[in-house]
Amino acid sequence: MKRLFPILSIITAVLLAYALRQALVVAPTDALQGDVYRIIYYHVPSAWTAFLLFSINFVASIQYLARAKAEKLVKWIVIAIGVAGVIATFLPPVQQQIPAGMRPSAVATTFLMIPAFYLLIGWLFRGEKLDILAVTSAEVGVVFCTIVLVTGPIWARPVWGIWWAPGDIRLTLTLVLWLIYVSYLVLRRFSNSAQTQILAAALAVFGALDVPLVYLSIWFFRTQHPQPVIGGGGSMDPRMWHTLLISWLAFLCFGFLICWSRFRLETLHREVEHAHAMESLIGAEASAKASMPLSRSAK
Amino acid sequence: MNAVKFLFAAYIATWVIHCFYIGTLVTRFRRLRQQLKELGKGK
Repeated sequence: MKRLFPILSIITAVLLAYALRQALVVAPTDALQGDVYRIIYYHVPSAWTAFLLFSINFVASIQYLARAKAEKLVKWIVIAIGVAGVIATFLPPVQQQIPAGMRPSAVATTFLMIPAFYLLIGWLFRGEKLDILAVTSAEVGVVFCTIVLVTGPIWARPVWGIWWAPGDIRLTLTLVLWLIYVSYLVLRRFSNSAQTQILAAALAVFGALDVPLVYLSIWFFRTQHPQPVIGGGGSMDPRMWHTLLISWLAFLCFGFLICWSRFRLETLHREVEHAHAMESLIGAEASAKASMPLSRSAK
Repeated sequence: MNAVKFLFAAYIATWVIHCFYIGTLVTRFRRLRQQLKELGKGK
């Protein structure tokens, strides 16, 4: 494991450099926006990575909440949701509700991924590790979401003529998503209650409901934010597609490395806290023993 | 030309945010290692 981290770091660095070259040199210039459109290669992969991390936080929080009493029940509910979603996607009345351009097979795959993702996280992480995974994914997710909120206005200024479109549903929902997860981290950082982990997990479950809203907002509403180009029937040059996917892969690897470091940091932090607690317990026990003969003699 | 400034601003901002976050992680790691050392000395 110790060797894997530097190897992955080198692979990620190479991927990031290759993605940067593809984004700045190889990908063709957009006919309408010119070179500024190349912000897409940082803006969109950061958004996808943030969504993925918030989804991991959601799954880990549910498993953490359900771990004691309802673990099996929740597992079967999640499997049932996945199977029902796949079946429903191919029913004609449901297909009519799917927005134009969104492929039913993509919706079915998403539903299939829900139980797969849930079972994978449950298999890899157990008990306290689920809580560590939740806090890790939320914190790194906030970093990527911050990048989305910073690069978005920088892109909007030359293209729309404004930094921010007040009232735009996608922009507003993304800001709300960021605020929810910042409040989640603030709660974890400053609350010392024994119930903090459970409260934070409950907040994360509700907060994650904003992720599909952010994603679907441009499918269901006309907004200042562009309508979906990717998977939405829009056309994109294959070289642009290739660069976008390479950038996402590079940012995924980078995000994974940061999560790995943050996970180790959180584990170490809990070990130190545990050691402090043990030390004070031993100290208290020793002082109690030392004071015992005195109290007896006083009697 | 002016639009290219925005492109580079976005790329630089991304890496500034990432570097800042990695910096905070390194600082927290160092602080914890220090605490672990002190706990070891106490024993």
